[in-house]
Parts: sequence; structure tokens; C-alpha cells
Amino acid sequence: MSDQIDFEPIETARQQWQETVLADALSKHAQRDEEGLRTASGIPLQPLYDPSDDDPCTYLERQGFPGCFPFTRGVQPTMYRGRYWTMRQYAGFGTAEQTNARFRYLLEQGQTGLSVAFDLPTQVGLDSDHALAQGEVGKVGVAIDTLRDMETLLAGIPLDKVSTSMTINAPAAVLLAMYIVVAESQDVDWSVLRGTIQNDILKEYVARGTYIFPPDPSMRLIRNTFAFCSHRLPKWNSISVSGYHIREAGATAVQEVAFTLADAIAYVETALGAGLNVDEFAGGLSFFFSAGSDLLEEVAKFRAARRMWAHIMKQRFGAQSARSMTMRFHSQTSGAALTAQQPDNNVARVTLHALAAVLGGTQSLHTNSRDEALALPSEDSVQIALRTQQILAHESGVANTVDPLAGSYVVEALTDEIESRALRYLEQIESMGGMVRAIESGYVQREIADAAYTYQRQLEEGKRVVVGLNRYVSTQEPRRDIMRHDPGLYDAQLARLSEVRFERDELAVLHALRSLRSAAQQEDQNLMYPIIDCVRRYATLGEICGELRSVFGEHTQQGVV
Amino acid sequence: MAKRVRILIAKPGLDGHDRGAKFIARGLRDAGYEVIYTGIRQTPESIVATAIQEDVGFIGLSLLSGAHNELFPRIVELLRRENAEDIVVFGGGIIPDEDIPQLKSAGLRAIFTPGATLKQIIEFIESCQHDRNLS
Repeated sequence: MSDQIDFEPIETARQQWQETVLADALSKHAQRDEEGLRTASGIPLQPLYDPSDDDPCTYLERQGFPGCFPFTRGVQPTMYRGRYWTMRQYAGFGTAEQTNARFRYLLEQGQTGLSVAFDLPTQVGLDSDHALAQGEVGKVGVAIDTLRDMETLLAGIPLDKVSTSMTINAPAAVLLAMYIVVAESQDVDWSVLRGTIQNDILKEYVARGTYIFPPDPSMRLIRNTFAFCSHRLPKWNSISVSGYHIREAGATAVQEVAFTLADAIAYVETALGAGLNVDEFAGGLSFFFSAGSDLLEEVAKFRAARRMWAHIMKQRFGAQSARSMTMRFHSQTSGAALTAQQPDNNVARVTLHALAAVLGGTQSLHTNSRDEALALPSEDSVQIALRTQQILAHESGVANTVDPLAGSYVVEALTDEIESRALRYLEQIESMGGMVRAIESGYVQREIADAAYTYQRQLEEGKRVVVGLNRYVSTQEPRRDIMRHDPGLYDAQLARLSEVRFERDELAVLHALRSLRSAAQQEDQNLMYPIIDCVRRYATLGEICGELRSVFGEHTQQGVV
Repeated sequence: MAKRVRILIAKPGLDGHDRGAKFIARGLRDAGYEVIYTGIRQTPESIVATAIQEDVGFIGLSLLSGAHNELFPRIVELLRRENAEDIVVFGGGIIPDEDIPQLKSAGLRAIFTPGATLKQIIEFIESCQHDRNLS
């Protein structure tokens, strides 16, 4: 048997097909316009892919087997034949009581993991009574000022059983500290806790905006949480390197992969620089991607990202353990792809997005609600979103075999193409001195802004169609009920905060805060321990971040248009 | 020749979602206006100070976090206090329909919600300019 497959007969036949059958068809009916025949990232699609686009001789090298290097086909050998992905709906609004009620509702509905949305003051380390928090308390997530709020948020939820993802970045160490102190009060050992802190500051500078400190001290906080988690919380993901927000800010699928991996490389380097061993912490790294509407490109994106990460970890960083090389990721359906117009159409879009994530081998998934472009989701919209995942899992059949689109000529070709385009970006970033420098220079922000601008122009010029938005538009939009915030929540949150301030031992708080400040001044100290001490004494999030601000300074940046 | 119209695009509050704001800023710039973009996380006070200092004719506010009912009217109020109410303020973002009447009565001249096009915003600016030139 020959090592090489002879593609010549196929190529000859293809050429013949192109010149006769295809040419004949094209002479009668032209194809649609060019823009519509590209992927969402702008990769031109051939009319047809065939076996010569997917050389089986390179199968082991490019695809291999699930659970084995290079993990293109999935991170576990059985994937969803063993266990479905974790259905994890991101939720949080108003006060800790309200969010606790929503969590219990979701768990009753069959959700299998929690995902906490924090309000913006919490995300930027401000207490609810801070002047800049006005109007923002409890709006996009739950308000957490002290350990008291976290106790309420998690009341009655067995922390040894659920896994909890917390979308928190700049003050991630503080919220993690609160979580583990609550676990203690439930008599749950730290070592069994499962969950994730997002903890990905670099994408905050380029896309999401909830930074507090400048890049260098922010990277130190991340190193500290890596070291802490690898020693004390072995089942905890100490970071979720996030392409989601980069994509939602307007990046293409290729840029999403490239910039996320570039961020991840920077985190690995900072941890190695602090003397950690790669296999000691790399198992705690997880990822987070967007799942958009271009089904084939999205599936290819997930597969390409997995393969690239495996190569980076093995070849560049010398990882030995398989877990260090596996890219485990959460995905969320794209919010930016949803329309405020004819919002029920979003149910169909979310189904498509969720299908892409599942076919792409996601470990957990959030499905957006149809009313996402209007307001926070209502309870029945959340239920449809969760049911969408359950229908995919139990009815579609796509979860019953591993990586079902592998071997599709087009999906393999796109997987290769996304990898090679993303590699070019990585080389470019490398030549600029790495991701931190590339961000500081504004390069990454400009690339994203350019892609966003191009896409939006295409929409406005009708070169790309979004149903109900720029085609098949309804003039009469039915009014619908959306979730409104409880107007009394702000006062309730302030009352609770001042109650905690009144009841706590003020001297102990001051002492703990002072210790934190002095630890912050010494580069070799792991800040997790003094932060846990502050949290236990009911120091507020604003006070803790305030101490760190006084040592680290604050980051500000000009808008890049 | 008429002075070029200057527009401040601003992000009040803590919300970091500025894809829309950046698109509008760049689109208006490409359409020939002079545009200044503040970047994210601006206080109402700093937005008003920048608007006055830069002598703009328009302020476009973008907010997706739900804090518009508190922050948009505050900016109009601060402009009034500075005797700068001739600056036209418009807004955009995730803003429920039922909030729009109260924002307009607070002095916002227009609210653009998801799906609004650059063309609609330019038409709005031009019609305001037209009214200004008549008065």
C-alpha cells in the first residue's frame, strides 16, 4: 500500500466538472454576490470541497483522536457520549436575594452549573454607595459589596455539588476569596470546590473595559491567583481566557482565536516568569469563546483553536501533561448577532449558535435569551434558551458521536485556514514584543475596531443580510414585556452595606487592610492570603480595591476609534 | 464657509461596551464631521466639561448597561447649569421603548436604539443644523 493517496484522478475529474457542468450552470445562473459567499471572517469559500482538500495521510497530525494530541477532535475520548456539556446560564441582577432566587429556579429547571453576573460597580471594584456607581447598582448583574452579599447569593446552594463560574476580572481575587470563605461556612473543603473565575484582564483593555489597575500589577494579581489555585483549589479554573468579548466587540472568528491565544501565551509567560512549573498551573487554564451564526466557520474555529493551543503548550512551553495541552472552553451564543427587531427570530439564531458550540466540542454553554437586545432576559425567555440546549442534547442526535463534522471537506479546510490566518497574527504580535505590548500600542484595539467598522458598513450597505434588520423588515413591531429593575433595589443595597459597616469590627478591618497594603508593596507576596483575611472581616470590595489602587495606581485609556 | 460641525461621542457610566459608540464616531467622521470620542467610563461632569472645552454642537451618548435614566438627564441638566443648552444631546444603546418619552422630556433630542442606521443619525444631525441656521 502506498503512503500517498493519488489525488490525480479526483483533481482531473474536478477540473472537468468545473469546465463543463459548473461552467454550464454558471452561464445560465450567476452565483450570488461575492460578499455573501465568504465566511463571516471574510474567508472566500470555494463552490465545492472534495477529498483533495483533506489529505487523509495527514489525519493523525491534523486531527488525531479525541482525548489525544493535538485534540482537534475534542478534549475527552468520549465527549458527550459520557456526559453532556454543562448547561450554564449566566445570570445575575439586582440584589443577592433576587439572584439567589434566579439561581435556585435555574437549578430546578435542570441547569447543571451556576454562572454569576456581577454589576458594573462590583466589576470595577467600587462599593454600591460610591458616586460613580449611581445608576449602575444591580443593573447588569448582582451587586456584591461584602462577604454578607456573597453569603446571601449562595444561600442554600450546595457548593460541594455545583460548579460556579464567576465573570469577574480586575477584582477576581476578592470575589474568589469571598466564595471560598462562604464554602468554609458550609463546611465544604476548599479542595473540592469546582468553578471558574474569568480573571482575564488583558481582554478588558481591548474589549470589555472593566479594568482597574495598570497591566503590570494586574498580571501580578493573576500570577497570585494561579499559584493559590494550583495549591489550594486543584479543581478550580484560575482563569477563563476569553475570546467572547473580543468577538462581540467586532473581531472576526480568526481574530478571536488569535487574540485569545496571544492573551493566553502572555498569562503562561507571566506564570513561568514567577517560577511556576508549567504543568503545575496549566491544567487550571480554561477558555471562553463566542458561538456565532456562521455555523461551518464557527465549528472550524473551535477545532482550530484546540489544535493551536495543544501545539503552543507542547512545543513552545514544553508541557508534559495532556491536561496542560487541552483547551477546555465555555461558550456563549453571540449577543451581537441578535436583533431587537422581531426578537422571536432570535430563538432560531440561538439554536444555530448553540449547535455550532456543540459541534465544536464545548465543555459548557450559555444560550442567550431572545430578548437580549432589549433588556435583561425575562424568566420565560431564559427557559426557552435553556430548553434549546436540552433539545440539542436529547433530540438532535449530534451529541451521540464524537466531533461529527470531522472529515467534512469544507470543515477541515476551514479549520486549516483559520489556523494559518491566526498564526500570522500570532507572529505579528510576537514581533511587537508580545500581547501586553501589542495592546499598549493600540494595535489589537485598532484591528478589532477596523473589523467591526467593516462589518457594520456591510450591514448598512445591505451587503450582508440580517433577517428582520435590513431585510424582511416588519413595520409593526409588537410590544413585549421586558424585565424591569426593581426601583427599590438601590436603597436596599445601600441599607445593607451600611448595616454591615455598622456591625463589623472596625479595628480588625483596618488592621487587615493595612496588612494588604503592605503585602501589595512587596512583589514577592501572594495577595490572595491578605485578601482572604480582609474578606473574612467584612471589609468591602471598594475598601480592598482601594488599598490596591493606592499602591498600584489606576489604568485609564483613550478611546481608539 | 460654514464652520464644520463638531460632535462629541461619549460613554457615561461604567459600561465598557463601545462597539456602537466607536462605529458612530468613525462613521460620522467619514461623513465629514469633526468627531471627538471620549473613551469609556466618563462621568457626566467630565463629558460636559469636554463638550464645552471642545465647543461641540452635539453630544451623542451611548449606554448599554441600563443606567440611561439616571445618567442621560443628568448630563442635560449639567449643560443647562453651564448655560450650554444649545448643545444638542442625543443618545443610543439598549434603551426600552417606554423609557424614551421621559428621556425626551428630560431634554434628549433623539434616542437611537438597536437597528438604527448611521444614515438616520446623520439625517437627525442635519435637520438640527438646518433648524439652527434658521433661528
